[in-house]
Amino acid sequence: MRGRLLRSFLAVLLPALLLLAALQPAPAIQPDEMLADPALEQRARELGKELRCLVCQNQSLVDSPAGLAGDLRHELETMILQRRSDDEIKGFMVERYGDFVLFRPSMQGSNWVLWLGPFAFLLGGAFVWTRLRRRSDADVPVDLEQARRRLEASD
Amino acid sequence: MRRLAFFLPVLIFLGVAGYLLVGLTLEPQRLPSALLDKPAPEFALPPLEGRTAERAADGLSSAALKTGQASLVNVFASWCLPCRVEHPILTELSRTSGAPVFGINYKDKPTDAAKWLRDLGDPYAAVGADRDGRVAIDWGVYGVPETFVVDGKGVIRYRYAGPLTEDVVERELLPALRAAQKEG
Repeated sequence: MRGRLLRSFLAVLLPALLLLAALQPAPAIQPDEMLADPALEQRARELGKELRCLVCQNQSLVDSPAGLAGDLRHELETMILQRRSDDEIKGFMVERYGDFVLFRPSMQGSNWVLWLGPFAFLLGGAFVWTRLRRRSDADVPVDLEQARRRLEASD
Repeated sequence: MRRLAFFLPVLIFLGVAGYLLVGLTLEPQRLPSALLDKPAPEFALPPLEGRTAERAADGLSSAALKTGQASLVNVFASWCLPCRVEHPILTELSRTSGAPVFGINYKDKPTDAAKWLRDLGDPYAAVGADRDGRVAIDWGVYGVPETFVVDGKGVIRYRYAGPLTEDVVERELLPALRAAQKEG
């Protein structure tokens, strides 16, 4: 009985999964866009993954099928062929589109809040937690006998 | 201490709720221009073929933005529906704002763009054809239409991404333009 349930489940699930895999979006990068040198192409891909597409804002330049992303990939590849450094290429994008294009924002200006904020929250939480804990330690019932002795001693 | 322990979570909740409430009213699609208060990029664009206007053969270059007169720069395309929506407002601005409206025709077929201007009217003092969109990248354009206010020295003072509305013109664009015109 159980085996049959499992089998019918798989019979539905497997094709569904395969269908999902088949529905993957077509790759955004067209074959004619690729650089001849695989090492340079690799560099272009890695940099492109670090840069946000301004049209589909949660996709990288590599993933996005938007026209602007294609144009920016073209710029990126041109700069790579000119042997420009990663920083220069990222600088080119930031100059035009702001820090927002970087998926890993630089630590300049107000961006440090992004980087340090989570740690600040963690520290704050730890502080509150230790305070609360210390107080619950203090809530341990008082040893009456000891208290009486101390009271007598102070008389 | 006990009261703090009670109020702290409430305070944190109010803080986070307020933060999220503000977040709801923001439009993350509208990016601030990275070029604000920076000189407009240097460029020289060829004229839009087929455009029939006075001095239509001049094209558009960055020199036109540095004549001492504040101007508006509008990035448009005939294939862009929102551009059609904002076109009457742009026409109105070209008549009443006292600033020339320059057009950058973005990734468009010249015949389409020229026909578009003939059909709807041509509010532009000059139009440059940016066939491959390269100049628009230098302007940090990420969609059409976009409109910039440039002061007389060629410095970008304001940018609006998306179709202009009466409201945006009244509240944001015109005040920015007036300020740029006052500076001379």
